[in-house]
Amino acid sequence: MIKINKNKCDLCGSCVAVCPMDSIEMFETYLKINKNCNECMICVHICPVEALTKEDSDRSNV
Amino acid sequence: MIKKDYDVVVVGGGPAGTMAAQHAAKQGVSVALFEKDREIGIPVRCAEGVSKKFLKKYIDIDPQCIASEINKVRFVSPAKQKIDFTTLNPGLVLHRRLFDHFLAEKASEAGAQIFMKSYVHGMDNYDGKSRKIFIKHFDQEFTVNAKVVIAADGVESRIGRFAGIKTFVKPEDIDVCVQATMGNLKNIDPTRIEMWVSNKWAPGGYAWVFPKGPEIANIGLGICGKFTNKPSALSYFKNFIKENFPEGSALTTVAGGVPVAKHLERLVSDGVMLIGDAARQANPLTGGGILSGMAAGMISGKIGAQGVLQSDTSYNYLKEYEQIWKKGIGKEYNRFYRLKNNLLNLSDEKFIKIASEFENLKEEDITITKIVVAAVKNNPKLVKDAMLAFIGF
Ligand SMILES: Cc1cc2nc3c(=O)[nH]c(=O)nc-3n(C[C@H](O)[C@H](O)[C@H](O)COP(=O)(O)OP(=O)(O)OC[C@H]3O[C@@H](n4cnc5c(N)ncnc54)[C@H](O)[C@@H]3O)c2cc1C
Ligand code: SF4
Ligand code: SF4
Repeated sequence: MIKINKNKCDLCGSCVAVCPMDSIEMFETYLKINKNCNECMICVHICPVEALTKEDSDRSNV
Repeated sequence: MIKKDYDVVVVGGGPAGTMAAQHAAKQGVSVALFEKDREIGIPVRCAEGVSKKFLKKYIDIDPQCIASEINKVRFVSPAKQKIDFTTLNPGLVLHRRLFDHFLAEKASEAGAQIFMKSYVHGMDNYDGKSRKIFIKHFDQEFTVNAKVVIAADGVESRIGRFAGIKTFVKPEDIDVCVQATMGNLKNIDPTRIEMWVSNKWAPGGYAWVFPKGPEIANIGLGICGKFTNKPSALSYFKNFIKENFPEGSALTTVAGGVPVAKHLERLVSDGVMLIGDAARQANPLTGGGILSGMAAGMISGKIGAQGVLQSDTSYNYLKEYEQIWKKGIGKEYNRFYRLKNNLLNLSDEKFIKIASEFENLKEEDITITKIVVAAVKNNPKLVKDAMLAFIGF
């Protein structure tokens, strides 16, 4: 799953614009990634401040 | 209080949205504008530069919104050669916060109601007359009927997707940026903007210095989305500052994305019009989107309100906006899009070669004609076209 580093994210909206699945929602103060994300990594690569990473889902469940 | 029914609902309080609200309200219809953030104009994700002449076409602004007046342009080549010239089309660097407030005030003076902290999270299909839209205002849910919805919700737009319009941008069609407003700068000419072109500093894009005073400027860069797979825009930005403006101290830092795409093929659906960054209407060559967004706001606001007055807000009526766009600014910007894509293939060596032609000339001697001659001699008509396009912002 895609993980958001809240300390880095500037809520600029670039990832929302490129997400082909419309999986990202950007509110005033936070970003949310929905379940239909297919982990295509496009948002991870586009982010100007490296706020997104793909995490091994097994580990993130721990 | 948020009412149940509005003739026109505008989503997003940037320059596109506030212009749309103003021009719709001026026709006497009821207008509400919903903005998700707590303040219009904040954060400023923008270098704040506009052409003075074109701005005048859309609004007569309060001089307080102007930080500096620009009449010189400097291109800096990858080898740091400087090409200075006087522009025929003077520019302004704005205070976007004040400017956006000013536009919002004009909208409310015209009769539009503005609601902050209002996030639009859904929209129903057109029922032949209107659409239902779903809004979270603070923590409360509201449902509103709108005969026309104008989506001015910026680069992060989702309203178009709710209407079934494909709005997602290909990575190569977005420039991602980091910018700081910096103080304590040396060697700033408050009447001159600078564009630094090099794949070393900003692959597929450029770095800019837009002055807001004798020691203060917006310094930032944008890189093409296809080159963002590390290092990131932020690391390019840090390098650029370290090497070229180490004395500066940041007063703001923001990230941002500018769609440098062809505008959407479909700008309209039944009861919906997309405008500004949401419609991917920024200038694909420069990333400038303030004026094009305002233009789209003006056209769509008028046509939307007229549709309401004629009791027809279907695609059939609203499509006039799309047609006007495609024949006017849209056509020109699609040409700039092709130009941008050709420029992407130009090497640093080629830029340096072209810049060498100007190096020993005095500023007064650099004329548009000479630039054209040098550019053509070094092959690309492309460079000439690009420079001319830049001078006009
Ligand atoms: C770093 C950078 C530098 C730039 N420099 C320049 C420049 O020098 N000159 C120039 O002309 N242009 C420049 N641009 C581009 C310019 O900033 C934009 O094109 C312009 O702001 C677009 O205006 P807009 O009204 O379409 O969208 P925006 O100004 O982005 O406004 C959209 C608004 O919609 C709101 N919103 C989004 N979703 C929702 C929702 N679901 N519900 C409610 N509200 C919502 C947002 O909060 C936002 O306030 C720059 C851009 C960047 C990133
Ligand atoms: S692109 Fe990065 S900084 Fe911008 S909103 Fe997405 S995660 Fe945040
Ligand atoms: S990984 Fe792909 S599908 Fe998932 S949120 Fe990012 S861009 Fe969207």
